[in-house]
Amino acid sequence: MIEINQLTKKFDNFTAVDNLSFTVREGEVLGFLGPNGAGKSTTMKVITGFLAATSGSVKVDGHDIATDPLAVKALIGYLPEGAPCYPDMTVLQFLDFIAEIRGFSGQEKQRRIDKVIGDVELGAVCHKTIDTLSKGFKRRVGLAQAILHDPKVLILDEPTDGLDPNQKHQVRQLIRNLAKDKIVIISTHILEEVSAVCTRAIIIAGGRILADGTPKELEARSRYFGAVSVQLTADFDLHKAVASVTEVSGIELSDASGRRHVLLPQQGAQIFSKVLDMAQNERWPVAEFHLVEGLLEDYFRSVTQGTVTGSAQKHETGVTQ
Amino acid sequence: MRILQIIFKRELAGYFATPLAYVFIVIFLVMNGIFTFDLGGFYVRGQADLMPFFSFHPWLYLFMIPAIAMGLWADERKTGTIELLMTLPVKLTDAVLGKFLAAWVLCGAALLLTFPIWITVNYLGDPDNGVIVAAYLGSWLMAGSFLAIGSCMSAMTRNSVIAFILTVAICFVFVASGSEIVLNAFNWAPQVLVDAVAALSFLTHFDAISKGVLDVRDILFFLVFMASWLFASAIVIEIKKAN
Repeated sequence: MIEINQLTKKFDNFTAVDNLSFTVREGEVLGFLGPNGAGKSTTMKVITGFLAATSGSVKVDGHDIATDPLAVKALIGYLPEGAPCYPDMTVLQFLDFIAEIRGFSGQEKQRRIDKVIGDVELGAVCHKTIDTLSKGFKRRVGLAQAILHDPKVLILDEPTDGLDPNQKHQVRQLIRNLAKDKIVIISTHILEEVSAVCTRAIIIAGGRILADGTPKELEARSRYFGAVSVQLTADFDLHKAVASVTEVSGIELSDASGRRHVLLPQQGAQIFSKVLDMAQNERWPVAEFHLVEGLLEDYFRSVTQGTVTGSAQKHETGVTQ
Repeated sequence: MRILQIIFKRELAGYFATPLAYVFIVIFLVMNGIFTFDLGGFYVRGQADLMPFFSFHPWLYLFMIPAIAMGLWADERKTGTIELLMTLPVKLTDAVLGKFLAAWVLCGAALLLTFPIWITVNYLGDPDNGVIVAAYLGSWLMAGSFLAIGSCMSAMTRNSVIAFILTVAICFVFVASGSEIVLNAFNWAPQVLVDAVAALSFLTHFDAISKGVLDVRDILFFLVFMASWLFASAIVIEIKKAN
């Protein structure tokens, strides 16, 4: 379990992390979301013991990072932002170094290295120096290093940044497989990633938590939750057509052509099937008809906008603690 | 201790994974040859000792050692691997010492490879080999002191060229403070001050050792000097690692 209690980190006059408190339990995959400069990486750096907190505490499995850093570091596997690795070493040499630092030797060391090379598919580049690898391979070397000792806590700072879609899929698969009875914290600004791998998401900006919940819960807070997108093929008075449906609270135009509309539901109402029936019965000129997607993105924007500078926060709504 | 060894091994292998170690050793040997035989007048002196060889070492080290030391921490900062290293279960002291020792052993290896000069002087005459061994030891201790300064300067910046220049400047102060030019400039000052300045210099202690006088105080000077600068390195890393 990771317990973060009133964590604050200041750099001179700038407050990067502002009185942050949350707890993560085994089995949870926590997605850390936030605009650039929100304090995601700084929080991770404090949890992993790279930076000392200005105030507040971080405990991993009961060990305090300030008083017992080695015990905490032994529990954590960490992929720092940009996946730094020693450029002059070959992949094998590097993993061997990490394995030795992690306290493995002999056959056990060899077994771990072989396994991790298989897991992240580094077999083809084992003997190449890290310097010469592509960005995707470097990132995988960084991942391999983080999971080599099968850590209880895995902290990954933008693990899929710079990977191609296949590699992204692979890494997400890997994280999902690893996640059982572990704590995984990943930071990202790719929101689809959160829906794909996380069981919980925390949105932070200006060093503070703005929202905390499962991806589904956060999506439900979007004002587009349950909204229906309609693409018309001809001019048609949609307003008049749905006037009788009280659950529809409004209609928005969503592109310049004037033919794509979004029907917004009343809070909590289900309008999809009702409107679909109506469209079929009344033969609306419809080319496309679906639920609005990208809800998390919409919600993310609505809570984080205007808070990037870390000063005044307009949106305190939706904080569950 | 185990961790220190692992880091030491990695660092030392790192020097030989790039041309750095080879370039350093070759240039070190060539420069030593030039200094000893041309500038030092090894043959002209007609004496069977290695004084011309050792007396140039402080000046040779002034430029060679900072080149080795400049990357110690600056490169870690530049590539971001410092974040990796400092989040592994590694004590800072192990990291500082492991890196330092690897660089120091490299210097020692370069120094040992000057053995043909020792063979030459034994072939030509009948030198006091005890003095020569003492001088080698003194030279290695001095190299370590240069390195310790370099380690601290390298920890201050992510730019290894800046680390190089700072190291050269500070090392120069500690070498030159024992030279006659500087000490003569202090002739107005009370003798205590002159002695204090001289006592801080590498030259004073190195000269004593290289004449075969193995005084504990001279050896202690270098050891304490190294320990202090390495301690300072650790503090600087702790303070500045995030920038």
